Amino acid sequence: MSSATIPPGAEAPIFYETEEHHHEAGASTMLGFWLYLMSDCLIFAMLFAAYGVYGGSYAGGPDQRELFELPLVAVNTAMLLFSSITYGFAMIAMDENRKGATQAWLAVTGLFGLAFLGIELYEFSNLIHEGAGPWRSAFLSAFFTLVGTHGLHVTFGIIWLVTLMVQVGRKGLIPDNKRRLQCLSLFWHFLDVIWIGVFTFVYLLGVLR
Amino acid sequence: MSETLLKTIFGRLTLDSFPIHEPILVGTFIAVAFGGAVVLGALTYFKLWGYLWKEWFTTVDHKRIGIMYMILGIVMLLRGFADALMMRAQQAMAFGGNEGFLPAHHYDQVFTAHGVIMIFFVAMPFVTGLMNYVVPLQIGARDVSFPFLNNFSFWMTVSGAVIVMASLFVGEFARTGWLAMAPLSGLDYSPDVGVDYYIWALQIAGVGTLLSGVNLLATIIKMRAPGMTLMKMPIFTWTALATNTLIVAAFPILTAVLAMLSLDRYIGTNFFTNTGGGNPMMYVNMIWIWGHPEVYILILPLFGVFSEVTSTFTSKRLFGYTSMVYAVLVITILAYLVWLHHFFTMGSGASVNSFFGITTMIISIPTGAKIFNWLFTMYKGRIRFELPMMWTIAFMITFVIGGMTGVLLAVPPADFVLHNSLFLVAHFHNVIIGGVVFGVFAAINYWFPKAFGFKLDKFWGTVSFWCWTIGFYVAFMPLYVLGLMGVTRRLRHFDDPSLQIWFIIAALGALMIAAGIGALLMQFWVSFRNREALRDTTGDPWGGRTLEWATSSPPPDYNFAFTPVVHDLDAWYDMKSRGAVRPTEGFRAIHMPRYTGAGVILAGCATVFGLAMIWYIWWLAALSFVALLAVAIGHTFNYDRDYYIPVEEVIETENARTKALAAGA
Amino acid sequence: MVVMNPAGDVARQQADLILWSTGLMLIIILPVIVLTGLFAWKYRAGNADAEYRPDWDHSTGLELVIWAMPLLIIIALGALTWLATHTLDPYRPLTRIAPGEPVTPATKPLVVEVVSMDWKWLFLYPEQGIATVNQLVVPVNRPIQFKMTSSSVMNTFYVPAMAGMIYTMPGMETQLHAVLNKTGTFEGMSANYSGAGFSYMHFPTRSVSDAQFGEWVDSIRRQPDRLSTDRYLELEKPSERVPAMGFNAVQPGLWDKILGMCVKPGTPCMQDAMAKDMNRGAHAPVSNRPPVDKPDGALFKAPEEKKGGENRGAPIETPAGSQDRGGKENRSFSAIDRSTLPGVPGRSSAVAGA
Repeated sequence: MSSATIPPGAEAPIFYETEEHHHEAGASTMLGFWLYLMSDCLIFAMLFAAYGVYGGSYAGGPDQRELFELPLVAVNTAMLLFSSITYGFAMIAMDENRKGATQAWLAVTGLFGLAFLGIELYEFSNLIHEGAGPWRSAFLSAFFTLVGTHGLHVTFGIIWLVTLMVQVGRKGLIPDNKRRLQCLSLFWHFLDVIWIGVFTFVYLLGVLR
Repeated sequence: MSETLLKTIFGRLTLDSFPIHEPILVGTFIAVAFGGAVVLGALTYFKLWGYLWKEWFTTVDHKRIGIMYMILGIVMLLRGFADALMMRAQQAMAFGGNEGFLPAHHYDQVFTAHGVIMIFFVAMPFVTGLMNYVVPLQIGARDVSFPFLNNFSFWMTVSGAVIVMASLFVGEFARTGWLAMAPLSGLDYSPDVGVDYYIWALQIAGVGTLLSGVNLLATIIKMRAPGMTLMKMPIFTWTALATNTLIVAAFPILTAVLAMLSLDRYIGTNFFTNTGGGNPMMYVNMIWIWGHPEVYILILPLFGVFSEVTSTFTSKRLFGYTSMVYAVLVITILAYLVWLHHFFTMGSGASVNSFFGITTMIISIPTGAKIFNWLFTMYKGRIRFELPMMWTIAFMITFVIGGMTGVLLAVPPADFVLHNSLFLVAHFHNVIIGGVVFGVFAAINYWFPKAFGFKLDKFWGTVSFWCWTIGFYVAFMPLYVLGLMGVTRRLRHFDDPSLQIWFIIAALGALMIAAGIGALLMQFWVSFRNREALRDTTGDPWGGRTLEWATSSPPPDYNFAFTPVVHDLDAWYDMKSRGAVRPTEGFRAIHMPRYTGAGVILAGCATVFGLAMIWYIWWLAALSFVALLAVAIGHTFNYDRDYYIPVEEVIETENARTKALAAGA
Repeated sequence: MVVMNPAGDVARQQADLILWSTGLMLIIILPVIVLTGLFAWKYRAGNADAEYRPDWDHSTGLELVIWAMPLLIIIALGALTWLATHTLDPYRPLTRIAPGEPVTPATKPLVVEVVSMDWKWLFLYPEQGIATVNQLVVPVNRPIQFKMTSSSVMNTFYVPAMAGMIYTMPGMETQLHAVLNKTGTFEGMSANYSGAGFSYMHFPTRSVSDAQFGEWVDSIRRQPDRLSTDRYLELEKPSERVPAMGFNAVQPGLWDKILGMCVKPGTPCMQDAMAKDMNRGAHAPVSNRPPVDKPDGALFKAPEEKKGGENRGAPIETPAGSQDRGGKENRSFSAIDRSTLPGVPGRSSAVAGA
């Protein structure tokens, strides 16, 4: 058992750490952010579950095959995937401490993100004009909520990205900023993974089933 | 001014929103306003605002945040208990021709608010507060992983509480029961502000709970003292680890389901509506997938408290530490596999019902093992009947009764007759009061001397103890009986006069509990008055076994001048018994996080945003949301977040401690 | 205690199950309580005679016992649960009406269709072609099949003396099979909170002999009122403390329309939308009626459409209250025009009022 005590007479152990170890500021940040992402993942899990339940509740309204335009969604997916690659390039540049290149790749990432959002908004407004708004049926409620929540995350990602670009511009690639860029990197790739799930389960399976 | 303009500016807030025709509410408001004015006046008179702001509101010190959580819990307990008294009084008098003193509109808000407040704003702050205060000390850390986030989490919880309290005097609270079941909580059946108050209070407080869960989890994983392997972690820290895992894995579900409910209400989606493909059963399932783990979020840390208390006050090692840890982990996992037992009566098939019934019963195995472990910790011990130990013994006896009725409710055909009855109400009060509340009181009595440097008064503590325990049995045993008489919950009027006597007994029990709460407040006051006599200079008044007792009471800002090294499960007991010597020189400057007001401001923006959404004041909602974002972004531009406590200050603090120890010895 | 001394076979078995389970659990609960008291007394600090072993913290044998004991009890209880849950499944037609009295294949259960409304109960008797509000009358010792739904929010249908409760839900049908073995009047109620009038949502359940049941059906048939579509729509509006009513006939197909949430003419029925959706390869959804009559979401309201969020509590000085069930002064929340309500014999106060 862990309760076994050292027999008396053995060399007295050290009970206090007199040499102070320097704790790096934010040593737990990556872990903490990862935990947060997992909890965010659960929100998406619930939305996916809701979509799974409501995916066939058309309430007499339009279904996936009538609504989704796969080519448009494919372009959209490409935008987000490209943005993940360019974010990767930004991180490589960051590791090499090339501030200008980092900023440039971040800007490209942001533009891809904006393009993604633009296409998504275009798709949403089309659907709403066709009378297929989220209030039409539970299927559409679940669809808009799942895709819209993802879009909302991308929006905040872009706001965060711009903020970080300003901070990198001001302070350079200091450790604090590098850590923040790493967090955003996790966040951005996480959104990519979620989108792959959305693309597969909502769009592809919806249309090709 | 035109009505359109008025409604654009004020949303649906009108003069009629203020309940000036409700004497109870007006009276309460006058009392609160008067009391509030006295407090605010006193704060101004004694010039305490600056002190409070600088030392408390903006603090990132986990100990102060923990204390503030406990204060929030106590304040909200008074509100939640006032609701309980009103319900008991109404049910004791409303028989036959007597309609009681609460109309349905008011009574239905009261029972909803009682449940919401007791779970979210009493039990949760207590549990979070205890973990916040104790965990970093127990693992030998100087603070949590994310001190600013901790402050922000606390103020978001306060923000939720403020929104619930606002519903008392502006508009109304939900009239749906504490889980706001759809479709009753949808726009069709609850068009008023009540459910919106509910949604926004829980969403905002939920952000705080989730972030504090992430924070404590990271703290426990990353910041343990050298030598403290997982299997040398104090059992309270283990239960905190399990609870925070549950928080991180359960609260997002609540966020998602409430978000869907609010989409139904705000943009007219069809998640939980009766038509359009919506499915109210989905709400019931999803809210309980969060709701059942929530039960264990509340009780697990208190299991930890009872373990620490039993071990300390029997002056004995905890029996079966390893099996205790596995029991906690099994409960954590099983917590997600039982949610359907909350609605066996919704028409699931027999096999589904049996599956969830049996998984529920399986939880009683590790729980039973824990009870036995405490029992055998007492066996061949030297039990000192201090207040924490008294609460623990009361817990053990009360909790097994609640556990038994709980397993009974897990048998589906039995649940068919007991579901939604007063038997059920008695059951969950039996485990929540007998487990969570008794545990919180054990914890308060146990760690109070650590937090404030003096013990709590034993006389008033004992009075409170007996009022609570006897009051509990008097108040809730009649409800078991009534449940078996086929009386169901949430009724505000009865026809059968033969039931009345039971309700009167229950009301008397509630009054005894009220006396218990009074004695508790008295205990605080008397202890504060006699603090010199009750002073503890050693930092270890109970003969403790874990690291929080290794430092002074109250601990310095930095908790430990030198990080302790752990060799044994009962680290401090080990240090004491092997004659560890506290270093008195070689101090260094200590790196600490800086206090910040950003958390208060952010939570303030969130409160305004929530209230604006509730009242459909769209411009204000947009404005406060933008402000929230701006403050959050602005805060990230502040890189200057830490400082060093100068070595002179450390030496001064530690020398004072050396002197106090010498004087005590 | 009606739950422990019920009048129906199903509830009787449920009560027995409660006793058996409690007994099983007491095997472990009682020793724990006794030992807690015993250990607390024996090992008190003041008792120097008691043995003290501060480092004793493990015993494999003991640990085995404390895990195995609850495990054994739960295995027994789990087996009991599995069996009882399947035998007492409310959807399962009864196989016996009392111990030793099996249901013969020739026995047809009495079908009662139950609709929970805001805040009263509607019972349709399809065989008899009649309907009642807030009164349930059944023949003793005959199996009854309840088919249940709700016109608005969720409720539970619960007659403690007869059997356990089951939810009633809008757009969905739930079922309960039960029987009453004694004659008499028993309380029935909704056990799931459903809004302002919830407290008054109870109804007497009368169990009568076959002959009396026939007489009662005839007496309802003599009532002047008929449950037409219009009558139903009027009844559906929220009202409290509604007196017992009877209807001599029911609009054909009404139950299906209630279930499809399309009683109101012109509303599309759920069944149709569901059939259409199923043809598209979707799984069967619930309450799949197109959203008609649904309120707009808050964000789409024009400013002037925002209803005031007033606090609508009734002034405390004028508490509604009278023992007269159905008395006009009691319907403070919302009311049905009383002149249209036919009274029913057996509910003295209501009749006296009408």
